[in-house]
Amino acid sequence: MDARLEDPIAAQIAAEPGEQARSRRQMVWWRLASIALFCLAWEIAGRVPINLAFPTFSATVAAFAEMIADGSMLKAYLLTLQPLIIGLIVSALVGVSVGVAMGLRKSVEWIGAPIFIVLQAAPVAAVIPMVTFVYGIGLTAKVISVCLLALPVIVLNSYKAVANVNPSLINMCRSFLGSRLQQIVKIILPDASPVIFAGLRLGISAGFIGIILAELLITPTGIGDLITYHRAVANYAHMYAAIASIIVFSAAALSLLQWVEEKWIRPEKKRS
Amino acid sequence: MVAVTRKFPRPADPHGADMTSLESIISVRGISKVYSGQVHALQDVDLDFPAGALTTLLGPSGCGKTTLLKIIAGLMAPNTGDVLVKGRKVTGPGPERAFVFQDFALMPWATVVRNVAFGLELRGMAEAKRHEIARRYIEQVGLAGFEEKYPHELSGGMRQRVGLARALAVDADVLLLDEPFSAVDEQTRRKFQEDLLRLREIERKTFIFVTHSIEEAVYLSDRIVLLSRRPGRVSQIIAPQIDRSGSPDEIRRDRAYLDTVEEIWQSLRQFVD
Amino acid sequence: MTLFGYRLPMMSSLILWCLVWEIVGRADLVLLFPPFSGVLVSLWELVQTPKFLTASWTTLSTFCIGMALAIVAGVALGVLMGRVKAAENLLGMWVNVFASAPLSALVPVLMILFGMGETTIVVSVFLFAVWIIVLDTQAGVKHITPSLIDMARSFGAGRFAIYAKIILWAALPEILAGIRLGFIRGVKGVVIGQLLVSIIGYGELFELYSRSFLMEEFWALTIVLFAFALVVAELVGMLEKRIEYYAGVRQ
Repeated sequence: MDARLEDPIAAQIAAEPGEQARSRRQMVWWRLASIALFCLAWEIAGRVPINLAFPTFSATVAAFAEMIADGSMLKAYLLTLQPLIIGLIVSALVGVSVGVAMGLRKSVEWIGAPIFIVLQAAPVAAVIPMVTFVYGIGLTAKVISVCLLALPVIVLNSYKAVANVNPSLINMCRSFLGSRLQQIVKIILPDASPVIFAGLRLGISAGFIGIILAELLITPTGIGDLITYHRAVANYAHMYAAIASIIVFSAAALSLLQWVEEKWIRPEKKRS
Repeated sequence: MVAVTRKFPRPADPHGADMTSLESIISVRGISKVYSGQVHALQDVDLDFPAGALTTLLGPSGCGKTTLLKIIAGLMAPNTGDVLVKGRKVTGPGPERAFVFQDFALMPWATVVRNVAFGLELRGMAEAKRHEIARRYIEQVGLAGFEEKYPHELSGGMRQRVGLARALAVDADVLLLDEPFSAVDEQTRRKFQEDLLRLREIERKTFIFVTHSIEEAVYLSDRIVLLSRRPGRVSQIIAPQIDRSGSPDEIRRDRAYLDTVEEIWQSLRQFVD
Repeated sequence: MTLFGYRLPMMSSLILWCLVWEIVGRADLVLLFPPFSGVLVSLWELVQTPKFLTASWTTLSTFCIGMALAIVAGVALGVLMGRVKAAENLLGMWVNVFASAPLSALVPVLMILFGMGETTIVVSVFLFAVWIIVLDTQAGVKHITPSLIDMARSFGAGRFAIYAKIILWAALPEILAGIRLGFIRGVKGVVIGQLLVSIIGYGELFELYSRSFLMEEFWALTIVLFAFALVVAELVGMLEKRIEYYAGVRQ
């Protein structure tokens, strides 16, 4: 007696690898065209010139190369990255823990949610200059600036992620006699991880803003110093190069995080 | 409040069928459920579920059939009444009952084999052993070769098979199915029904089934419990006497089958808006 | 959550936090935080000074102009990117980059290009707000079920009518969500812009207070700004709720 159940649709589901590869190649072409368009527009704008203080794309690239060659770019990044990375790690660890706790327990939610909602919506940047008065102009103040901006968004996203877990999955776990701890570790955290990661990405963006503001408002060091210095001596191409580099760097950091998420946490995403 | 068993002139019934002589593996006594103080989903339900039989809870939407199933599964607590499993009172889920969800409830981040093995994983079984058991049931439901796929790569019908395999893998005595075939298309649904009948011949378990489809109920069940509209009460119990030894198409044209369907329809008609 | 059987409303823990602030301030624990009551008093005095009123006017006007520009440009670009695949492919990457980039780094550039005055602030607001509006508008336009547009065409609607009567309305929930986020970012833009320019508007006031360590005035001004941001977000949120009823049935 044939115990197996047959599924006619199973036979139909075959991946179409040819199509997927083709569209991915098309995207690469579009990306390149997009970058080329941007550089071209910048170059033209610089040559017009729309403003005496607006260098061309090529001048900016040249200045960038020069700063790499003489080591000033590297030195600047090392100084900037220290408080940034420390601040982001602290914000991520504390933020996700607090956010998850808020999602799991009503009392924690009640205490924490309003504070973080206010902190996220409000322009916390105004407080950054104040931070120096208590913590001086050193590393601590800059780490605090990063945390001030990154923490609220990470907390709120983690909280939202845990609160919106698919209740059917939790019921399923209960029906198979999962304990509360098993529910949290095997169902809630994996289901919440995409939104938590989205929060981490937003947190990284916010962290970059925090460190830039700290360097422009408190004391210039690192990249902020490069920007301020070259502006003061009217090396506009160098100034633009420094600014562009931080923007590119932040975009790269975010892409890296996305890659990490797809590879390790939610592997099913990379197949779609 | 009536528990009437109606019998038809019967051709030979291979499942031998005097239901009352079988022991009840699950009983519910005096179950009532009220939502938010106002919605009376169930009122005073008394039922016995014979071991080894497939009993269907059938009724119009809002009659509380899914609520009753979840109470039996232990996923919901009744306001009054008890659930007895093998004679002992239970509150909450247990290893002797396994649930199949209407929306599949698959973990989208896990492969098919991990999903099927999940019930065993929660019990602490070693990975090699539970995956081996899982693969066996994956093959039994016809998904051999799809072990490493993710739910989003499967059709609705395939996903439900995963849910079914998962419930089978824990080797519970009672399988509770909550409208398991309602989220798939008609052809797949019919195939599922036929497959379920064949499955019953191998897995001698008790099945409690919830559906709103009269034909499905008559096709599959040894016993059909008709529930009335809110507040849900048992209005009738029917034991279809249908010869299920023929091919699926023969069964669907069998006289007794068609008569039973018609009769139930007439009973339920009064509840349609 | 419930305490002793009473349901506590959501934001009520803020009262608890204000109490904590008061206690911390009175105990002189952290130099940064004067007693909350003192801040409130100073807030009351602050809103009556002419300096504050001119600064507020600067802030409000630059904010409104910048936001108006951001909404118009953002929605237009978002619709374009949602409807024309080529536009999406060419511009999508840049919009995404700028939406999550540390835009404060661009403000020094703006200061050089547009001077140290109100124009810079307007451009700041615009740059901070526009990208998220583009992204959300684009998402909203892309999610419109094609059958809705087919329906309009089957009844003879011309191009303009399709955009004005169908597309904008169908995408409106997402557009408003984007505008709400744009408002929040715009407030950040107006504050950061003024802080970095530091010689006009609130930036000037903040500079004054921090230099002279007038903590109560500083926090009073901060509260004003925070309240402004929250009120603005709430208003847009209310507008969103009014049209929420059809957001769910569009699928």
